[in-house]
Amino acid sequence: MTAGITPSQTVGPFLAIGLPWPDGELVVPEATPGAIVITGRVLDGADAPLPDALVETWQADPDSRFDHPDDPRGPAAPAVAGFRGFGRSATDADGRYRIVTLRPGPLPAPGGGTEAPHLDVSVFARGLLDRVVTRIYFADEAAANAADPVLAALESARRGTLVARLAADSPGEFRLDIHLQGEHETVFFDV
Amino acid sequence: MTAHDAAATGLVLPRYHSAAGTHPPLNSPDYRSTRLRAPGRPLVPLPQGLTEVTGPLLGAGRVTAQDADLTLGPDGEALGQRIILTGRVLDSDGRPVPDTLVEIWQANAAGRYAHRVDDHPAPLDPNFTGGGRCVTDSLGRYRFVTIKPGAYPWGNHHNAWRPAHIHFSLFGRAFTQRLVTQMYFPGDPLFRFDPIFNSIPDPKARERLISAFDMDLTQPEWALGFTWDIVLRGRTATVFETGEQR
Repeated sequence: MTAGITPSQTVGPFLAIGLPWPDGELVVPEATPGAIVITGRVLDGADAPLPDALVETWQADPDSRFDHPDDPRGPAAPAVAGFRGFGRSATDADGRYRIVTLRPGPLPAPGGGTEAPHLDVSVFARGLLDRVVTRIYFADEAAANAADPVLAALESARRGTLVARLAADSPGEFRLDIHLQGEHETVFFDV
Repeated sequence: MTAHDAAATGLVLPRYHSAAGTHPPLNSPDYRSTRLRAPGRPLVPLPQGLTEVTGPLLGAGRVTAQDADLTLGPDGEALGQRIILTGRVLDSDGRPVPDTLVEIWQANAAGRYAHRVDDHPAPLDPNFTGGGRCVTDSLGRYRFVTIKPGAYPWGNHHNAWRPAHIHFSLFGRAFTQRLVTQMYFPGDPLFRFDPIFNSIPDPKARERLISAFDMDLTQPEWALGFTWDIVLRGRTATVFETGEQR
């Protein structure tokens, strides 16, 4: 027997009452050795920043494992204490999100091959009637990215919208803007 | 996943049903905020891999018992019609989703959010912040005590009013199941004027966002009861899962 799925509705402009957590952006504690920061802005079709969006991330740990029973390789407690896998960051007045995490390991892909290190991302905001889903990859994983089946399936001109670049002025910080609409529109997925 | 895929990787993963046709189209111009925010290009299909069939299992560590009672203010009780709101989180195959975090937020009884951006000239209630959370029990049940939110005007079009609603955020057990939605109250006269409610193309799917008044849940001399079940995407049985099918 199947029941009808509950439809999505927008988070609206007041998600800050219910969703942000004080430790939301910390996938790992800030002082964790090897921690990286991923930051960027969420922008609309007029390139205006969204001050009322929420960015969530989900990822494997550095050993490519998930602490989850549906991983057929078996659930694995994270090798690094305090690693939650999940991050949540409300954007600030400049539309900026910020996640403190560890670089995930590569993963076996469902159709064969290997997925490059990545985070799955959900973006919620007023004006989005359902979340939009994207991914964050890392620019310094060029060989792994070149072999990634998800990136390979995209138009080459759009792959860069998913690839975070190392900030020249801030060691350990990666930057990626999320463009909801327009010329530089980020690739969004139907999952 | 096909047998060929499984042979290629040794991975046999659950496969979550499509929700196609259930959710509102992102591009819904009657809801004005979609115009600059909805993506203009078609979504790209993403195969469900390890990252998509797993997800954060967030539970008891994130809530306290008081978090499920929104009427408890710092200096007394929140104003308004007290309600008990309960239901189950299920997947579309009827399986309960236990131990999963449910987060809610809402306007106060006067239709005002405790948020600096809300400039509706209705009173704030110092004893009502409007945020709550709980974790489902072993049968997937959640329960909140709160007050019935008021309807409120918004600038979408002339004389636009949102029907009374409570925002709900659900995780389920996989990234694929993540859902944020709104629960409405039965018989609201504003339904037919609301572009957000009506952005859902299928009228039957719209009805699934409306709670039911429940006299058995209603407590004499204290609070009205409303029930509402939430259904997340179920998953296809796979060889890997057969041992667990009930």
